[in-house]
Amino acid sequence: MKKHIISVLVQNQPGVLAHIAGMFAARGFNIDSLVVGRTEDPEFSRMVIVSTGDAPTLEQIRKQLGKIVTVVKVRDLSDQKCVERDLLLIQVHCPPEKRSELGHLCEVFRGSIVDVGPRSIVIQLTGPEDKIEAFVELCRPYGIKALSRTGVIAVPRASQTENGSAEAPPRRKRIRTATATTPSGTLVLPPS
Amino acid sequence: MATKPQAKPAAQSASGGVSPIPDVPKAAPASFVGKSGAQALLDILVEQGVEVVFGYPGGAILPTFDALYGAPIRFVLTRCEQGAGHMADGYSRATGKVGTTIVTSGPGATNLTTALGTAYMDSIPMVAITGQVATAAIGNDAFQEADVVGVTRPVTKHNILVKNVNDLPRIVREAYHIARTGRPGPVLVDLPKDVQVRLIENGNGEMNLPGYRPRSKGNPRQVRMAAEAINAAQRPVLYVGGGVILSGASEELRQLARKAHIPVTTTLLGLGAIDEIADADLALHMLGMHGSAYANYAVQASDCLIAVGARFDDRVTGKLETFAPHAKIIHIDVDPSSISKNVDVDVPVVGDAKAVLAELLPLVEYRERAEWFAQIGVWKQRYPFGYRERPGEILPQQVIDQIGKITESKAIVATGVGQHQMWTAQFYRWRQPRQMITSGGLGTMGYGFPAALGAAIGCPDKLVIDIDGDGSFQMTCNELATAGEYQIPVKVVILNNHFQGMVRQWQELFYQRRYMAVRMANPSFAKVAEAFGCTGLEVRDPKDLPDAIRKMIATPGPVVLDAHVSAEENVYPMVAVGKSLHEMEMGGMA
Ligand SMILES: Cc1cc2nc3c(=O)[nH]c(=O)nc-3n(C[C@H](O)[C@H](O)[C@H](O)COP(=O)(O)OP(=O)(O)OC[C@H]3O[C@@H](n4cnc5c(N)ncnc54)[C@H](O)[C@@H]3O)c2cc1C
Ligand SMILES: Cc1ncc(C[n+]2csc(CCOP(=O)(O)OP(=O)(O)O)c2C)c(N)n1
Repeated sequence: MKKHIISVLVQNQPGVLAHIAGMFAARGFNIDSLVVGRTEDPEFSRMVIVSTGDAPTLEQIRKQLGKIVTVVKVRDLSDQKCVERDLLLIQVHCPPEKRSELGHLCEVFRGSIVDVGPRSIVIQLTGPEDKIEAFVELCRPYGIKALSRTGVIAVPRASQTENGSAEAPPRRKRIRTATATTPSGTLVLPPS
Repeated sequence: MATKPQAKPAAQSASGGVSPIPDVPKAAPASFVGKSGAQALLDILVEQGVEVVFGYPGGAILPTFDALYGAPIRFVLTRCEQGAGHMADGYSRATGKVGTTIVTSGPGATNLTTALGTAYMDSIPMVAITGQVATAAIGNDAFQEADVVGVTRPVTKHNILVKNVNDLPRIVREAYHIARTGRPGPVLVDLPKDVQVRLIENGNGEMNLPGYRPRSKGNPRQVRMAAEAINAAQRPVLYVGGGVILSGASEELRQLARKAHIPVTTTLLGLGAIDEIADADLALHMLGMHGSAYANYAVQASDCLIAVGARFDDRVTGKLETFAPHAKIIHIDVDPSSISKNVDVDVPVVGDAKAVLAELLPLVEYRERAEWFAQIGVWKQRYPFGYRERPGEILPQQVIDQIGKITESKAIVATGVGQHQMWTAQFYRWRQPRQMITSGGLGTMGYGFPAALGAAIGCPDKLVIDIDGDGSFQMTCNELATAGEYQIPVKVVILNNHFQGMVRQWQELFYQRRYMAVRMANPSFAKVAEAFGCTGLEVRDPKDLPDAIRKMIATPGPVVLDAHVSAEENVYPMVAVGKSLHEMEMGGMA
């Protein structure tokens, strides 16, 4: 089970999000996160979907996405190098005597304090998911009052886009194997 | 009585020709500017070659019905929107053209969903136009409002709500294009009432589908690999599905099978892709749960399985882990998501069956395969489809045998869902693509009769017979009124076993004969038919059977023949759920 970041370019039309979300639900695929945003072209939006599953499942997800008429392009970014970012806004319980301690922690993670109240602060942090998760864990002992994340957005690395293709996708697991036999050992067909 | 069918003569020639060429759009009309949405819709229907629309009116679609008044399109008023949908579907399966249905909002559209689902599962090209409440009322729980785009999304290839009348010509054109190309399917266009009335101000109606590029030709490298595998195979089998029918590729398939000398088995939806009489040596008939023993054995013993336009459905494969265990699998399919979905494939070829088979044809070589054909011959001889006659009782299989003989395997045959459907697949001999009209994927009881009516309207010079179950027929027999009104000459044979036979069979075999809710207290179908302006016939004695069938065929107009058959006959062979394909129950057949 591997995490996959799938970038989906879609026509900017009503119902596209419902269609994609519905397809995931109907076919029992997971969505860990889904982000929709505009692109450089007003006709299209980009969705970045994070999903986990084995290779055959991910292959089906890609193909089923490709079948949706309003989906223009599907790209699995996990097969290639990409820049991925998640944005976290977290409100942490913070009495005045803890401010410097949390401020320090924030600096280590290159986050920034974007709001300060009498007994809590709001921190903003961007980065790949694991960094965000590590930071959230460190905040937990202080008391998290509210937390919101955008989910991952991603683009291929510049060096990667230029020289084109990604490495070949990993070989699928064989569901049926040429060596499969019946429970009794070999396939028993009636006599000739 | 309304106008007689005015559809063109059927495109299938009697001389063994294959699929008709799907309809192609006619020249585009000039500008739509200044026309109402409803008028523009009608213009596009004409442009797309629509000759007949099946449907039912209602408040939200009234402007479109007003535009239909006097339009050069035949309208068939059905008795329920479900019937309209199945008729459009049957029309499409029989002719290869896109079927069209127009219904109203809310209950009209929800009644249509079963028909959409049926067409969707079997990849049948259809366009459904549904009325919708005015754009200003959408979302307010208005009278007869339903979120039709939401409801039908999982049962359509594509669907869309038209919000701006200027987009309407483009959207309707796209709907027909999407329905008939690639892997075909039903497309629904939801038309708010005000959009039907508003005048078009701008837009050229040109299609804009940047994300829709179905592939036609196969990748030459993959095609070469497929040819190599075929040439190297000792025990190849062609496993042919509905995609070959949809693609109009039967001729190419027959050439390939003959040239490379490969036996052919067809799925329920692929029946007719090969001529089971002319190419009897190559024909293995249907495979799968109720397929022939010889087809199932051949698949299991095969060293190279060539799937063409088939989707490895669970009714076909049986237990996946032991399906065709020794075979290298080649899969030709237009839909990449069909490939390696259920069964891992060795040589995938994405493309249209007709194009790919044509590419493959020059690359394959003739092989004798004497041993293989000898083995198959033994299986065929030892395990034919069969039944034991019982004096004084009509056996359901016998009825189909007789119909086949009397019609010389030339009729278009529709079915409901159940035992009668399986026996029809097993005992009729299929010769032509688009000859078998049946709901495979969704398995919709009640499909057969309206689908046969649609087929008869599309092919007025062909004999159309609906072989139905007593249970199935009663789900849509209200359409007898449609048949009676328009005198649509469909012949219905009800294999009346006073049971929902297929479910009864399962209760017999797997639930210790605890028959629960499967016994049917039926009306007199002959009297029902007469009451609706059709002819009603009845037969109980096997001696009278051939004459009853002949009389039914000779009687003009719609006829219902109620054939009282043995109550507790079972369909065999049968691969029970969870068993491998070769582990068949033969039910005393062998
Ligand atoms: C009671 C009951 C029992 C049944 N028992 C059996 C049984 O014993 N045996 C059996 O076979 N079926 C049986 N069925 C039917 C079964 O459920 C499936 O509907 C059927 O097997 C599917 O047929 P198919 O594989 O040909 O696929 P289809 O549903 O016809 O799919 C067509 C395939 O072709 C592809 N395609 C479409 N257009 C093209 C093109 N232009 N070029 C190339 N590819 C294309 C599609 O992408 C798809 O993969 C039964 C159904 C019922 C209701
Ligand atoms: C709409 C619908 N409801 C239920 C079923 C489940 N089902 C499959 S076969 C069958 C019985 C069919 O009975 P009948 O039409 O009399 O045909 P027979 O099997 O007796 O030939 C039923 C209930 C179905 N396929 N479709």
